[in-house]
Amino acid sequence: MSKMIATRDAYKEALVALGEQNPKVVVLDADLAKSTMTIAFAQRFPERFFSIGIAEANMTGIAAGLAASGKIPFASTFAIFATGRAYEQIRNSIGYPHLNVKIAATHAGITVGEDGASHQSIEDMGLMRGIPGMTVICPADAVETTAAVHAIAAYEGPVYLRMGRSAVPVIMPEDYQMQWGKARCMKSGEQVSLITTGMMTAVALEAADILAEAGISAEVLHVPFIKPLDEEAILATARKTGAVVTAEEHSIINGLGSAVAEVLSEKAPTPLVRVGIQDTFGESGKPAQLLEKYGLTAKDVVEAAKKVIAKK
Amino acid sequence: MLNTDVAIAREIRREIVKATAAAKSGHPGGSLSLAEVMTVLYFEEMSLDPMNPQYPERDRFVMSKGHATPALYATLALRGFFPVEELKTFRQINSRLQGHPDMKHIPGVDFSTGSLGQGLSGALGMALAARLDHSPRRVYAIIGDGECQEGQIWEAAMAAAHYKLDNLTVILDYNNLQICGEICDVMNIEPIAEKFKAFGWHVVELDGHDFTQIREAICVAKSTKGQPTLLLAHTIKGKGVSFMENKAEWHGSAPNADQLAQALAELTEKEESSHE
Repeated sequence: MSKMIATRDAYKEALVALGEQNPKVVVLDADLAKSTMTIAFAQRFPERFFSIGIAEANMTGIAAGLAASGKIPFASTFAIFATGRAYEQIRNSIGYPHLNVKIAATHAGITVGEDGASHQSIEDMGLMRGIPGMTVICPADAVETTAAVHAIAAYEGPVYLRMGRSAVPVIMPEDYQMQWGKARCMKSGEQVSLITTGMMTAVALEAADILAEAGISAEVLHVPFIKPLDEEAILATARKTGAVVTAEEHSIINGLGSAVAEVLSEKAPTPLVRVGIQDTFGESGKPAQLLEKYGLTAKDVVEAAKKVIAKK
Repeated sequence: MLNTDVAIAREIRREIVKATAAAKSGHPGGSLSLAEVMTVLYFEEMSLDPMNPQYPERDRFVMSKGHATPALYATLALRGFFPVEELKTFRQINSRLQGHPDMKHIPGVDFSTGSLGQGLSGALGMALAARLDHSPRRVYAIIGDGECQEGQIWEAAMAAAHYKLDNLTVILDYNNLQICGEICDVMNIEPIAEKFKAFGWHVVELDGHDFTQIREAICVAKSTKGQPTLLLAHTIKGKGVSFMENKAEWHGSAPNADQLAQALAELTEKEESSHE
């Protein structure tokens, strides 16, 4: 069994380490520092931490102003507020001038759990990937989150980093190196491609094992970069297997599934089934119960794989 | 000749009406109301270098009411950031002089604005950055009176006082008109001075067309410690062009050729001296 660590916990450690290395890094939070885990940075570097209160629009603009003065701001809150409440602030004050702000949001997706639909962000990747010049990263685990925090600080430009609340399996090797804009083949296979992002990559690896037992060879391609999308890797695996399943803890509209569908339908039409939130709001419940009810388990990925193979 | 403040403000106004006429669009009213304030900021007060617009220790300026690009561009051009001739391309295809300020492409523009309520937050970020850098650079922002209807202005107002940003000076262009009519009819912002005071700001009221009062108010703002200062500048929308003054319809419409000729005739040295 892999170690279980929430990506927000990895963010906590990585941000402090980054703060030690780079004095330009500043952090903003909107009264959720104890949940987004920026509290550790706040305690270590109080002069470089800005509590903005429950005012996400203002936080976004202040981050933009800090970036315009040469700082590297990480603005953190829950994904629903970071991208939803402050969407137009991100679009006009950060995206349009291509400012060097990192919107590092936690509590994305349905695994927020008990807080319910009002807090479960399932549209955030769609909102962010529609902004010209925005980079959108959804790490699979703690190791990749740590790598992403350092990579985005080194990159000049706006980034949306999507993290979760609940513990997820560590699936990346300790010496993992993030390759900017690149997908990562997690498992080679022949009959179906499971193209995944975020926590669903671990779920897909489990699904691939189940499929193997049934004699079906599945390839798992993890896509941390929803934008820029690694079209080459997506086209290669689709051409290799001729059947694609996408899986994401996000609406099937506007997220990874949509992005993959756009590439495939233009460049290599391939049978496709999208696993994700099926254009509905979530509800309160335990993360595991929600994943089951909303069709985000290994069993759901297995069924989708069988369905898409039948379409070949 | 740009040898007096009056002459500079008049030239800014001439370029405002010329640019909006050439574009056949734009916002002359709320630009004309700013000519004196822009003159003092850019020709006297702010530390800046038109030859090196990005030098790090410059003072910063944010036109939070981003539709006042005619005033901003006219000022920047006259101050030497780009050729005055270029103002003719305002709002036209392939010009860098976008309808609203674009910091990526226009020399001297420190922050991109246009969506009301957002620029003030950016100015706060710049003020926090200056403090982090132990730098004496100051941050100036102009907000609109209608813009104060945006909630984000009050988020920013709260935060600026919380962080005791005494390196931030905000000028509120109180011309009392917005695109649909009088502020008090569209959505009353009064008592605006008391609101900012209650939010923890030092508030100075002044006639926004009186150079002496503008200079004194900025001087007061610079010597104020521990809190941000709001200069509540009472102004006249369309100031200097008789048929535009105090008319909401000149918020967002451009003069035609005849109107331009009349405006320029009014904005002459002769007319100016008769006012003095």
